[in-house]
Amino acid sequence: MAGAAPLLSVRGLNAWYGESHALHGVDIDVHRGETVTLLGRNGVGKTTTLRAIMGLIRKRTGEIAFDGQDLMRLPLHRTAYAGIGFVPEERGIFASLTVDENLNLPPVVAKGGMSTEEIFGLFPNLKERRNSQGIKLSGGEQQMLAIARMLRTGVTMLLLDEPTEGLAPVIVQHIGELLMTLKARGMTVLLVEQNFRFASRVADRFYLMEHGKVVSGFPVGELSAHMDELHDVLGV
Amino acid sequence: MTTIFGIPIQAFLGQLLLGLINGSFYAMLSLGLAVIFGMLRIINFAHGAQYMLGAFVGYLLLVNLGIGYWPALILVPLAVGLFGMMVERLGLSRLYGIDPLYGLLFTFGLAQAVEGIFRYYYGVSGNPYSVPPLLAGGTNLGFMFLPNYRGWVVVASLIVCLGTWLLIEKTRLGSYLRAATENPRLVQAFGVNVPLLLTLTYGLGSALAGLAGILAAPIYQVSPLMGSDIIIVVFAVVVVGGLGSILGAIVTGYMLGLAEGLTKVFYPEASNIVIFVIMAIVLLLRPAGLFGRDA
Repeated sequence: MAGAAPLLSVRGLNAWYGESHALHGVDIDVHRGETVTLLGRNGVGKTTTLRAIMGLIRKRTGEIAFDGQDLMRLPLHRTAYAGIGFVPEERGIFASLTVDENLNLPPVVAKGGMSTEEIFGLFPNLKERRNSQGIKLSGGEQQMLAIARMLRTGVTMLLLDEPTEGLAPVIVQHIGELLMTLKARGMTVLLVEQNFRFASRVADRFYLMEHGKVVSGFPVGELSAHMDELHDVLGV
Repeated sequence: MTTIFGIPIQAFLGQLLLGLINGSFYAMLSLGLAVIFGMLRIINFAHGAQYMLGAFVGYLLLVNLGIGYWPALILVPLAVGLFGMMVERLGLSRLYGIDPLYGLLFTFGLAQAVEGIFRYYYGVSGNPYSVPPLLAGGTNLGFMFLPNYRGWVVVASLIVCLGTWLLIEKTRLGSYLRAATENPRLVQAFGVNVPLLLTLTYGLGSALAGLAGILAAPIYQVSPLMGSDIIIVVFAVVVVGGLGSILGAIVTGYMLGLAEGLTKVFYPEASNIVIFVIMAIVLLLRPAGLFGRDA
């Protein structure tokens, strides 16, 4: 993996919410096929990092390169076409749309996405509920749908914001298996996660964030060597 | 003679039918308002002016170019829709993200300007637009003599309303519209060109108003004031139906047209205000409107 240019490269990323300066020079690399997790306490800028990469936060400076494209110059509706799919923390399931309509909402941005049959193979309960309104789904089903609808589009990378938040352990387990399946298929993932045990099972590398900055980064193999630091910063 | 509630059934059914015809225009106009409000969160005060513009474009096509009613039925919505898209691109799109009051003021001012221009050149008296020969004459329904053209208006309005409803509820484009109504930023992040969608939506709403205008031209006269006469009632319809509810706008449009007709039978003096009385009652009991979701 060393030597090859990263799929996503973020350099000196600053971002603001109005007057509030939220990111202070974030540097992140994610290589093709990797699952990378951003760790850190609440409010250190993990979600902001994802939203700034996606272009949902427009007040941003620095460099974001993805697959050779300069994301800083793209309007919001072109970012997905570079090959990035976004799964927001609040899941973003549209209440007035059926499960089928939610699933088919994001436009296909590249070849190589999953077919509806493949998706329903991975998410059998969504198939059963395909005609239900989005608002009637359970939290777990909403999370599944939020991920599933990105798999249709052919994106090469997913930005996942706290996919396990508020979900029962059995569903968290299911999402973990799903991420392993996606990884086996070559999907690249940048994950924000509070559930440290979950993150340590699925991630290849970690970045630790504090005060709007990345303070350290290490592969999963060096996790035990960094446990003291994680204790200090996360309190885990 | 057969009577219903002491009223001759002829008069009763006759007024009901007239109410249905008025309701057809209420439904088409409030539908356009609802489509625009749902997506742009702007109360389109220019809707009446766009309706008037539709009638005038039809009238001018006929007088200046000899283009008759049937081609006008296609050309007028296109022209008014294009005008709407220009208005959105050049004006409204600059007002998103700030106080909605600015959008309301902008469309209000636009309506005044458009109306003023037509009043300057055409005065306030109406210009006649004759019924197309195919729909001239009438049909005796037994209880009343129905001019064929008015029957056509009811049918055309039902087709337009059903078509728009299907477009929004059953197509992919419609699912973009509904999703963007809930969360435009996320829909845009998925790769949908939401700014373009907003332009098209305002164009669609304007086109609906223009179509209602050309349909109205042979019934009411083509006058610069025709828009401001009807638009206040249409706003009441939209409030009763629930702002932004497509189905609510359609159903309430017809319902209030019928209510107006019925009032003309039982208590003609109140027929001009009955819609506003209903609006007041609905606002007291269900502020979100009959079909609206509580925000």
